[in-house]
Amino acid sequence: MSNCSCNSTNALVPTIGVVTDIRVDTPDVKTFRVTGVQGGLCFDYVPGQCAMLSIPGVGEAMFSITSSPTNREYMEFSIKKCGILTDWLHEIEPGQQVAIRGPYGNGFPVDTVLKGRDLLFIAGGIGLAPLRSVINYCIDNRKDYGTIDIVYGARSAEDLVHIDELKTYWNSLENVSVHLTIDNPQEGWDGHVGFVPAYVQELGFDVDRTVLVCGPPIMIKFTLASLGELGFEKSQVYTTMELKMKCGIGTCGRCNIGSKYVCKDGPVFRCDELESLPAEY
Amino acid sequence: MEHRVYSLPKKRMGELFGLISSSRQLFLPMEKGGQFQFSRVDEHTDLEGVSLDRLLTAGSAKELFFPQTQQIAAFRRRGKEIELTSAETLTSAFVAFGVRACDARSLEVLDRAFLGTPRDTMYEEKRSKGTVVTLACNEPEETCFCSVFSIDAASPKGDVETWIAGDTLYWRPGSEKGAELTQELDALLDPCSEEEPEGLIQLKQQIRSIIGKLPLGRLSLEQFRPEALQELFDDPAWQKLSEPCIGCGTCTFVCPTCQCFDIRDFDTGEGVQRFRCWDSCMYSDFTTMAHGNPRTSQVERFRQRFMHKLVYYPANHDGLYSCAGCGRCVSKCPNSMNMVKVMKTLGGAQHV
Amino acid sequence: MHNSSCTVKETARKILESGQAERLLGWEQDSSGYNHAPAVFKSAGELDRFIYDRFCGSNLSKLLARLREAEGRTAVLLKACDRESFNLLVREHRIDPEQVHRVDIECSGMVDIEKLRNKGIKGIREITESGDELHISTLYGEKRCRSEEVLLEKCLSCPAVSSADAFDAVGQMEERSSLERYEFWKEALSTCIRCNACRNSCPVCTCEQCIFDNPRSGTAGKASADFFEDQHFHLVRVFHAAGRCTDCGECTRVCPQGIPLYLLNRKVIKDINELYGELSLEDKELGKGALTSFSFQDAHPDIIRKRTGDQ
Ligand code: SF4
Ligand code: SF4
Ligand code: SF4
Ligand code: SF4
Ligand code: FES
Repeated sequence: MSNCSCNSTNALVPTIGVVTDIRVDTPDVKTFRVTGVQGGLCFDYVPGQCAMLSIPGVGEAMFSITSSPTNREYMEFSIKKCGILTDWLHEIEPGQQVAIRGPYGNGFPVDTVLKGRDLLFIAGGIGLAPLRSVINYCIDNRKDYGTIDIVYGARSAEDLVHIDELKTYWNSLENVSVHLTIDNPQEGWDGHVGFVPAYVQELGFDVDRTVLVCGPPIMIKFTLASLGELGFEKSQVYTTMELKMKCGIGTCGRCNIGSKYVCKDGPVFRCDELESLPAEY
Repeated sequence: MEHRVYSLPKKRMGELFGLISSSRQLFLPMEKGGQFQFSRVDEHTDLEGVSLDRLLTAGSAKELFFPQTQQIAAFRRRGKEIELTSAETLTSAFVAFGVRACDARSLEVLDRAFLGTPRDTMYEEKRSKGTVVTLACNEPEETCFCSVFSIDAASPKGDVETWIAGDTLYWRPGSEKGAELTQELDALLDPCSEEEPEGLIQLKQQIRSIIGKLPLGRLSLEQFRPEALQELFDDPAWQKLSEPCIGCGTCTFVCPTCQCFDIRDFDTGEGVQRFRCWDSCMYSDFTTMAHGNPRTSQVERFRQRFMHKLVYYPANHDGLYSCAGCGRCVSKCPNSMNMVKVMKTLGGAQHV
Repeated sequence: MHNSSCTVKETARKILESGQAERLLGWEQDSSGYNHAPAVFKSAGELDRFIYDRFCGSNLSKLLARLREAEGRTAVLLKACDRESFNLLVREHRIDPEQVHRVDIECSGMVDIEKLRNKGIKGIREITESGDELHISTLYGEKRCRSEEVLLEKCLSCPAVSSADAFDAVGQMEERSSLERYEFWKEALSTCIRCNACRNSCPVCTCEQCIFDNPRSGTAGKASADFFEDQHFHLVRVFHAAGRCTDCGECTRVCPQGIPLYLLNRKVIKDINELYGELSLEDKELGKGALTSFSFQDAHPDIIRKRTGDQ
């Protein structure tokens, strides 16, 4: 349960959390561990949901929660430096308090559709962040899910986030395979080189899997094409969207794709559903 | 429960306003610099400025429930610490008098947007404290097209509905809240013996006959169905329609149903005030993220506003359109582009 | 209704037919009879919907600047009040004069529908003109009014239409004490909803990103949270437009709240005229505006104190 002390029922009023640990992932991504002021989670959530983080006076923005809710001690956010707030966050030190509200969005259907399935996770760059929550959730509830394959790529070896977890933890588990790739060859890298969509096709997966994809729009687009060639239906593939958000509750009016609000009806969409919406994202 | 009709000689309306404002805040359409706005009146206000003849206020009644700026919270930052010093403030009970049928409908539209799950508690607070007294439109303007959305300007839904027929003000409670207010005004309001007095029946007929003659009263909504979403979205006409649009946002700010807002922090030097303020989908920064913008040109931003009103909102709210036909965008757009031209063009007619 | 309206349409037709321009920026008729929108006409055939009458108040030069990237020449119709803004936009390289076919058109004053409404005229169906009178047929009967009573603010002092002095109102404002002026503006600006119509239609406001929109400027703000913010927005805008504002009157015309913005701009123009010589943009080079160049003849900043008598 929440240990944050705030009595407001207003969904736009945050509670105060504290950053207890900061990990440098890549030159422009850091992972922040956040707890309530008295420790513990600020609120409950499901994998794929997001939270609004802010530093009052600096800004507020939506981030996907990268930790799994099976972790009852803290939440984690992997944040790329790319704007006023994120620049600021990249400068802070542990002990810094933040304002936080959430959870927002629908999350991945971990307790319904994904249950009992063989899963294929495909991520590019910082896109691993929301998927990591699901991966750890599945690993922590191992008996509920089938085999897990993770295809993950980034521009260079330095841009791969959560690399220790990928290499030494997930990869060491039974029925979990990690397939890494980077865009261009580089010294010291003896793994696969090439773009994620091509790698997916190269690896070739059984079409009875449920797929979760996240990454830059262009990577998603080509990955869907690759999956299509492998015989996957769009209805087997889930992805998570990112649009500008302010309220998180479907009222501020800016995150819609057609009649769907990403903050409320998403951010997780099944790709066939997404395809039926106007292409404005 | 059916409420009965009360009456009051029109010349005693000043007393009515006095009595209302003795127990609650009262907002009336008043003249201010040549424009009309819902303004707070109290015992010191010169009621000369009250205008119940002019049809519409420049801004709509939504301002009373969803003000342009509203504080969400206040913070103080000290070193690494953040203190949440206060959250929202409470509203006192108020009465909005002279709300037209279109603005009353807009509240229904906003209710559905703001009072879903989770509820917007700031709006809810204002909504629960406000009593809406509507006023029938004796002289609709040529820019009015409320009837297109099945709004009856002759019998405007509200907590209390009122009519000014000749020298008489007719008053009929329309909700529990309205009945409560009516009770407080017992000393002034005279219950009518008939269910519907003759003067009122006549006025309603007269209004409906004018409404029937309004030039924009026959716009068709047939085209605007959720099933046609993609087709309308892809319509090449958006290009031409958006041509004169300078992305100012005026249409969204004067519109009674526009709900979009931004959340901003204001550093006062003493602390940080977090507030929300109206925003406009007509602005380029509305959807701009650090790494791109899904609506890169004014064509897309323009399309969003009208698609929202005519297709997206109805798709999410049982077919209710989020335009009330008030005509404010028709009269206020600097470049004369508006809902009506959009409806005509997309509905298949040239907009001239 | 306008003497010149047929001629203007003829001119437009000739331009498009002869290929002197690829497109023409003009006004498109609305069924209301007055709510005509600026529009681009690409062929003579499209001119059926062209209109030029008493209700074409909008200044087309700003829209012209938006067509800068368009292929080929664009013809634009310029009323007297729009010409100086055109000059400004040329001077500031927002318009390439080579790409523009400029047509100066006659105007005998544009009608402000708000002023008609403020006279209690409602439910307008049709407006016709005879002599100096407007005949308005409304849902509530026939109405008449003298056209000069309902002209746009900018027309009231336009040399083409009137002999009134544009600076009269400024002069009257100057007569007031600074406290009175403060109160006046506090009241007037309190109704500003920061809709940005004034800025977005202003031909001077052509910054790629306005400081009020730039989150990194530290002055971005959408809302008028208090009087400070209202003042801040308007005064910064006035000063940014100083020496460039051509008094085209758009800001005042478009303000949905009827705020007399022209008073602010004209005050600056009046001061510039008095201190630096008559404002004209036609023959000035970029960087040679009153406030963007320096000479020893310029007024000393001290002038402020001398003029107001304040300490
Ligand atoms: S008021 Fe007119 S010009 Fe301004 S944003 Fe709306 S449609 Fe565009
Ligand atoms: S879209 Fe225009 S007509 Fe419709 S409610 Fe809004 S302002 Fe009124
Ligand atoms: S749109 Fe209808 S309800 Fe609104 S002011 Fe006009 S006639 Fe009255
Ligand atoms: S047009 Fe009027 S209301 Fe809108 S921002 Fe300008 S001054 Fe304010
Ligand atoms: S973030 Fe406000 S509607 Fe989605």
